[in-house]
Amino acid sequence: MPKQSPVPDELTKPFWDGCNEGRLVLQSCKPCHRLNFPAKTACTQCGSGDNFEWREVKGLGKITGYGVVNDSRIRQLQEQQPFNLAVISLYEDPEILFYSHLPGLPPNEVPIGADVEVFFEDTPATGQKVPEWRLR
Amino acid sequence: MTTIGQTPVVPQEWFRKYEGLGAWEGKGKVVAVGVGHSPTARRWDGAPETSIGALAIDSLRRAAEDAGVPLDQVDGLVMDPTTTTGAYWPEDRPIPEDFLAAFKPGLNRMDGINSLSTEWILNNFPELSNIQFTMYASTCMSQAICVAAEAVARGLTKNCLVLKAWDNLEGRYGQGGAAAEDTVSGRDVASLWGAVGPYYPAYWFNQYLHKYGGSHDMMAPFVVNSKRNGLLFPEGFWYQNRPEPLSVEDYLAARWIIQPVNLYDCDIPIMSSAAYLFTTPERAKDMKQKPVYIMSHTQANTKHRGVEQTLEECEESATRIAHILYEGAGITSSDLSFENMYDGYTLFHHLMMEGLKYRGVQRGEGLDFYQTDISIEGPNPVSPSGGNAGSGRTRFWMHTDCIQQIQGRAGARQIRVPAEVGVSGGPHPRGGDFMTWGASVD
Repeated sequence: MPKQSPVPDELTKPFWDGCNEGRLVLQSCKPCHRLNFPAKTACTQCGSGDNFEWREVKGLGKITGYGVVNDSRIRQLQEQQPFNLAVISLYEDPEILFYSHLPGLPPNEVPIGADVEVFFEDTPATGQKVPEWRLR
Repeated sequence: MTTIGQTPVVPQEWFRKYEGLGAWEGKGKVVAVGVGHSPTARRWDGAPETSIGALAIDSLRRAAEDAGVPLDQVDGLVMDPTTTTGAYWPEDRPIPEDFLAAFKPGLNRMDGINSLSTEWILNNFPELSNIQFTMYASTCMSQAICVAAEAVARGLTKNCLVLKAWDNLEGRYGQGGAAAEDTVSGRDVASLWGAVGPYYPAYWFNQYLHKYGGSHDMMAPFVVNSKRNGLLFPEGFWYQNRPEPLSVEDYLAARWIIQPVNLYDCDIPIMSSAAYLFTTPERAKDMKQKPVYIMSHTQANTKHRGVEQTLEECEESATRIAHILYEGAGITSSDLSFENMYDGYTLFHHLMMEGLKYRGVQRGEGLDFYQTDISIEGPNPVSPSGGNAGSGRTRFWMHTDCIQQIQGRAGARQIRVPAEVGVSGGPHPRGGDFMTWGASVD
């Protein structure tokens, strides 16, 4: 499903570069091993701001909930309405959440609690890949 | 201390964010007395006299008059410099000449149209000739109330006006700027997937239905009741401009925005300004209206890691907000005469009501409670202000109603049970400011 192309900056570049390589790579705090998504300038747990590393995760999770978008503010998404918009919880750290349009699932036919896996989708403007999720 | 122009931004240590703080030190030291509202409008028509700056001055004047305080005895002004509801003023669009001729400038070219500074207010409202204390809050009236309450309680101002104004310019809400581009910041994952506007209440509500059962139809009594209460609010948008009742059938037939949020679960962006006059109980004895005590306040303090706050995180936050409010005021849920928690969007009002345990309502019971008598005539009034659903998107009707209910001058909205203690605040459990109001210090 066509989306705006995300433009990486210094903070987010490792994540978006990982997507282009087909890998889900998340910011991790060295002192407390806590994952972050989206990347943060300081760890929400220990407050450290200069001890981050980037760690590849498996990209498996489950659907925690969803809505069906009928009237989006985002111009690029308006032609696709109505569409599912779900929140995915990562198995390796359930507090880490991702959005997903759940490509292929009809609107409102979303099995909350179902297992999903990540894949990567092109975006039209720049070709930057973004993570998406599908039923396992 | 951070400042904007000459005015400091409220320091973070003023906010009460944690359980275990005990009674609020300011309890018994600050009261609300005067209420002032400007007229409402759907959008700015371009005339100087209907600009948000003019509406702000109008509401400030009315609040002081309502309290019976001469303007030259007002020594404090607390306000939020942000006024936009989300519409855009293109950079290349000139400022109307008659606006430039009518007002002195403030801090920037949009001052008085799409933002408000204390400089703009004081330059254009010279009757406020004795202002010794100014401070900025952010987000909405809820925070400005907490800041003004702290300022009076700390002895920094004696007669303090509290202001929040909202402008609404032409154009669809939130559709301009980055939302219309082909690219987006790599940090803005919410926009990338379209998780903006009413996505978060849609997500919470679906999680809620999955966890506890129920249906979206069960929201109808709350929304219809809120619209009814709004049509009893003479200061509100629907009362003044489109006094149209809403039926259950209207609600159930409304189009979806982000399902399960429909059109009537959202609020309508409008132009309006409100102001209150806060003072000490001793000074209030000589004023025109009955004083209403601010008994406690708190600020939501959530650090969710994910892209959205989950239902569980939201519920924990709502519970914590209630605990801090009750602890700060020295009350329990059974002391509440009514509740006026925020409703813009309607689908999370019950989460805050459950957090308060209003009338004993526990988690998962809010929708069932809506099927009982929640009217102003009944024993369990819910949102007697009608909130944003009832009067438009300002986030201040709930506060005005708390003051007016306890003063006994809510008119046709006056609840039938004695209005002794009320609670209000917002915008939501993932962030916002909340307070309790009382007829007496105890």
